[in-house]
Amino acid sequence: MAQDTQPNSPLAADRLLQSPVVQLRQVRKSFNVGEPTEVEVLHGIDLVLRPGEFVAVMGPSGSGKSTLLNIVGLLDRPTQGQLLINGIETTTLDDAALTHLRGRSIGFVFQYHHLIGAFSTLENVMLPMVGLQGYPTAAIEQRALALIESVGLLPWRDVSATRLSGGQQQRVAVARALIMQPGLLLADEPTGNLDTQSADAVFELFRQVNRAHGTAVLLVTHNPVLASRCDRLIEVIDGRVPGDELV
Amino acid sequence: MVLGRLQPFEWIVASRFLREGRLQSLFTLLGVAIGVAVIVFMSALMQGLQSNLVKRVLTAQPHIQVSPPKESVRLQDAQDGALHAHRIQAPLQRFHSIDQWASVLGLLRAMPEVLVASPAVTGSTFILRGATSRSLSLTAVDLSIYQQIVNLSEKIVVGQARLDAGDILIGTELAADLGVGVGDKLLVQSPTGASNHFMIVGVLDLGNKGANQRSGFIGLHSGQSLLGYPGGVTSIDITVRDVYAAEAVAQRIHAQTQLQADSWIKTNAQFFSAIQSQSLANAAIRFFVGLSVAFGIASVLVVSVVQRSKEIGILRAMGISRGQVMRVFLLQGGLMGLAGAVVGCVLGAVALKAWLHMVRTPDGSPVFIVTLHAWLLVQALLLATVTGLLAALAPALRASRLDPVVAIRG
Repeated sequence: MAQDTQPNSPLAADRLLQSPVVQLRQVRKSFNVGEPTEVEVLHGIDLVLRPGEFVAVMGPSGSGKSTLLNIVGLLDRPTQGQLLINGIETTTLDDAALTHLRGRSIGFVFQYHHLIGAFSTLENVMLPMVGLQGYPTAAIEQRALALIESVGLLPWRDVSATRLSGGQQQRVAVARALIMQPGLLLADEPTGNLDTQSADAVFELFRQVNRAHGTAVLLVTHNPVLASRCDRLIEVIDGRVPGDELV
Repeated sequence: MVLGRLQPFEWIVASRFLREGRLQSLFTLLGVAIGVAVIVFMSALMQGLQSNLVKRVLTAQPHIQVSPPKESVRLQDAQDGALHAHRIQAPLQRFHSIDQWASVLGLLRAMPEVLVASPAVTGSTFILRGATSRSLSLTAVDLSIYQQIVNLSEKIVVGQARLDAGDILIGTELAADLGVGVGDKLLVQSPTGASNHFMIVGVLDLGNKGANQRSGFIGLHSGQSLLGYPGGVTSIDITVRDVYAAEAVAQRIHAQTQLQADSWIKTNAQFFSAIQSQSLANAAIRFFVGLSVAFGIASVLVVSVVQRSKEIGILRAMGISRGQVMRVFLLQGGLMGLAGAVVGCVLGAVALKAWLHMVRTPDGSPVFIVTLHAWLLVQALLLATVTGLLAALAPALRASRLDPVVAIRG
């Protein structure tokens, strides 16, 4: 394990002084609010995630891990509580502002890659940045090529995303998530559909990004081996966080 | 091919989505194309038919005829203010000269809608030839001006269109009934008893047996002296720029001059009503074809939204706005409409050409002239594109409102 990931290292102590990337204060989330079927999934979660942290989220199915990730990723809104991304209070923002913040600050990798078959590998990686506008296409292309090279897929840059293997597709999805150089990378069981070798490769990719750019990573996984290789482990059970410890 | 440097995001995604679903896009495009082809073909055909009919009707008459106001009974009030009359007899309508016709003519010619205004004297006369006589509806005109309203040169069967002093043009049936031809002389007598000899300089076919049996034309000055209107005219014939605006212009003329102004629309009310019904039928066909095109595009896009919900979800997660997602689907609708319309215009033009080639009169000439105007094609392109955009509205709204969490989870 590298020096900066040691729990008691000076670099780890420095991180504690940095402004949090994510701050959850007493976040609650209910579904079917106001109906007889109303159910509370998250019961007052407090969580702080600082730049450069590599955090695993574990817990049984239905415990609220994905809901937590969706809220942190601004895809869903908390029913109560506060959520700050880079110090910005998000619960009062409208949909357009949330979309803007999400596009520029957060990268997503899902269990299924969700690449768009109509586009090549390179185009899939470029797409989010092209959509956000205001960036010259040549610069986007250069950045996308560098990312594709870093995930080892440069020879497949012009191949349709549908023609890649599962592991390759997930690596493209990681490159796509990083095109905006987000400070926060959210991954919802990104290795769930991959064989051990591909899962290892994708995990190492997260680790590289985390180390190279100080990107905070929040990784939902059922794999205890991968979780043990993270810096910090958060356990979510029945919508609460009973365990939050450095690995 | 890497994403185009100058293309906006919405254009890139919309065109790629269409290209990816090639078969689906192709069938939709064909559906739109057939619809547009029907619209182009039907519209061109009906416009050709209508303009042919209108041309035939207007070829022998002015668009508007201005004449003195009808005479009416002027009632005197009784002392107590009540009117006492059991029955009012309509007055006899006598021919009058238009009061101050020269200034009225100047006023009419100054109107922007008026192309040509030609003064005329009309009246009923008799032709006396030997022991026989025929009634003659005589029109006296300044031929150089009147030709711009009714082109008599085109209607000449024998002789020439010329109306010097002492010249007369008569219909073919009348010439046959009287057994006369070009160079023969006729004695024309007015109801007042005045008479004059005229030499036939041309025989006309006015396109109607009745008109050919009773019509004749002489010079304006000859008519004024023969019919008893020295220096006066009984009507002013007018041609307007827009034949379908003739009634509105006639009403304006009446309002300004208090003279009677009858448009061809009023005098051919039944014919005009038939033309309007035809236009209405054409509009109905366009509407229903447009509607079926719209439903075709909408149904394909609704399916596309469902098929692509995960992709839409991931785009939203990556920071693509609702507006951008909406525009992606609107563009797809617009593009399908536009592309289908381009193909449809070509198909319509080919079908029209084939029809004109196949449907001919026994002598091999076309039944009527059909011209495919550029504006009709532009109209069809615009109509199909706007229809495509409107049809895409509901699917686009649905796509933009997709919850990314639900969409990604599927």
